[in-house]
Amino acid sequence: MNLFKISVANLKEKKLNSFLSALLLTLGIGMISLLLLLNKQLDEQFRRNIRGIDMVVGAKGSPLQLILSSIYQIDAPTGNIPLSEVNSLKRNPFVKNVIPLSMGDNYQGFRIVGTSAKYPEHFQAKVISGKLFDQSMEVTLGSNAANNLGLRIGDSFESSHGLDSEGDKHGDKKYKVVGIFDPTGSVLDQLILTSLSSVWDIHGHAEKPAQPTSELLGDEHSQEHHEDEKQVTSALIQFRNPMGLLTLPRQVNENTSMQAALPSIEINRLFSLLGVGIETLQNLAIIIITIAGVSVFISLYNSLKERKYEMALMLSMGATRTRLFFMLLLEGLMLALIGYVAGIGLSRIGLYLFNKSTEKDFHYSLKEFNLLPEEIYLFAAAIVLGLLAAALPSLGIYKLNISRTLAEE
Amino acid sequence: MISSKNLQFSYSSQKHFNFPDIFCADSETLLILGQSGKGKTTLLHLLALLLKPESGEINIAGNEVSSFTPSQITKVRAQNIGIIYQRAHFTSSLSVMDNILLPNYFAGKRQDKTKAICLAEQLGFADHLSKKANQLSQGEQQRVSIARALMNNPNVILADEPTSSLDDNNCQKVIELLKSQSKLIDASLVVVTHDQRLKDEFANQIFL
Repeated sequence: MNLFKISVANLKEKKLNSFLSALLLTLGIGMISLLLLLNKQLDEQFRRNIRGIDMVVGAKGSPLQLILSSIYQIDAPTGNIPLSEVNSLKRNPFVKNVIPLSMGDNYQGFRIVGTSAKYPEHFQAKVISGKLFDQSMEVTLGSNAANNLGLRIGDSFESSHGLDSEGDKHGDKKYKVVGIFDPTGSVLDQLILTSLSSVWDIHGHAEKPAQPTSELLGDEHSQEHHEDEKQVTSALIQFRNPMGLLTLPRQVNENTSMQAALPSIEINRLFSLLGVGIETLQNLAIIIITIAGVSVFISLYNSLKERKYEMALMLSMGATRTRLFFMLLLEGLMLALIGYVAGIGLSRIGLYLFNKSTEKDFHYSLKEFNLLPEEIYLFAAAIVLGLLAAALPSLGIYKLNISRTLAEE
Repeated sequence: MISSKNLQFSYSSQKHFNFPDIFCADSETLLILGQSGKGKTTLLHLLALLLKPESGEINIAGNEVSSFTPSQITKVRAQNIGIIYQRAHFTSSLSVMDNILLPNYFAGKRQDKTKAICLAEQLGFADHLSKKANQLSQGEQQRVSIARALMNNPNVILADEPTSSLDDNNCQKVIELLKSQSKLIDASLVVVTHDQRLKDEFANQIFL
């Protein structure tokens, strides 16, 4: 027999009340924790992939779309640009590196990206087996792509037109796997890399590299440009020094057929858009947690009223008021603990489910199940809430008149 | 041993009590009879140190408690007094066994399960130890509360109308148990009641 045992017995005695309080706490804490996890991991994923890329050039259109398609490989490309214009950027003194990208095909949902050796170099990806693509129609696989597709070196496959797996097949020409990258934790893991010439070869010189908007824009584009001119989808640019940021984007936008987009600006814009939703959910979670606190308060308040006689009895047996006060606090504390542990568990389950859908749809994985530093603050907040909600009604124990309470019934 | 001198208490200026002096030696019994409104429960609460008298002295097992601090009083009560109330009340979430062990716990003593089982056997509710108290009948509950009052081997046992909610059969049983158990541990037994059935059971009587 001890205070802990009595507290547990009291919580069990009022099963439904305890359950409701713990459930509300679980929901509130689970929601906040899930938001923290998602926010952190999305942020990390997004920031990791733009590291080192100062500017993206592509066909005119939405700059955000250009960033999403060229850096994250999640949106459709904006169109095509002539390779000659991209190459002319190389001569600009501010430009350190130009990485051309050409996309428009996929294999079972994994994007095939035509590029140069600088692209894997940028992500510091190492080829763990085989070699980097060299000849036309050779590909090197990102680690996730290799795992999920079950392809090995020497295998060959037919690509499909477009960016989802339902496109027409390019039956006549087959890609051949020559190498596999080690995992980088970046977008590269989800891609199938090949040389630019493969993309030109598969679509023929006259045809521009395929892309999903080609049905809408294709005709105009091919009329605009010389038939023999080689095209790419976009290019990632690294500057030699920050001065480039001041002059180059404007230069590109005004003097060429391309548009320049700055990843950091676009991603900040995206996050400020997402932020509204996240904030709303956070507020909702805070409201739920507050209700949980009120629920703990009410259930302890009621049970204290019912247990007044028991308390007076314990006091008459020699229990001190402070001891009984702690016994009641313990009840609130235990509810807070249960709510916190269950909430953290719930958020992990939520993340797991969310991860399953993002992996399937975007080939992005969000798999950090570790406790976040913010969740330690969340723990402190839950404990404070439990203590506070329990302390307010429990203070009544100091005003309890033993003799009157025992005489009344 | 319990004794009091010149005890006075008032709830308000209209409701004022002067109590007769009381003395009950170890192993002895004392019956305090009185009609409702005569301050029976008030006197018992004064003797149990649950109320502080306006004036007068109380001596429990040699402790002159009038000058004691509240925490000393709590300690004297926990160590020396066992109280039985008119209607048995328990901590509803705990089993009968745990309820009996509570006085040990709150008095800071070892929780003596053997003694609890032994008492339960003597008082005839050994089969109910793992049940919740509210599953027991009134008579059984009153016997459990006697066991609870005995757990700390008190010097004084105070009973407030212990039989008034019981039928004749249970009344007889409970009072016999109270007398025999307090004799067994050499405790003073003070019973406060208006129950006329107890008149012939006690040699020493005081009328309020």
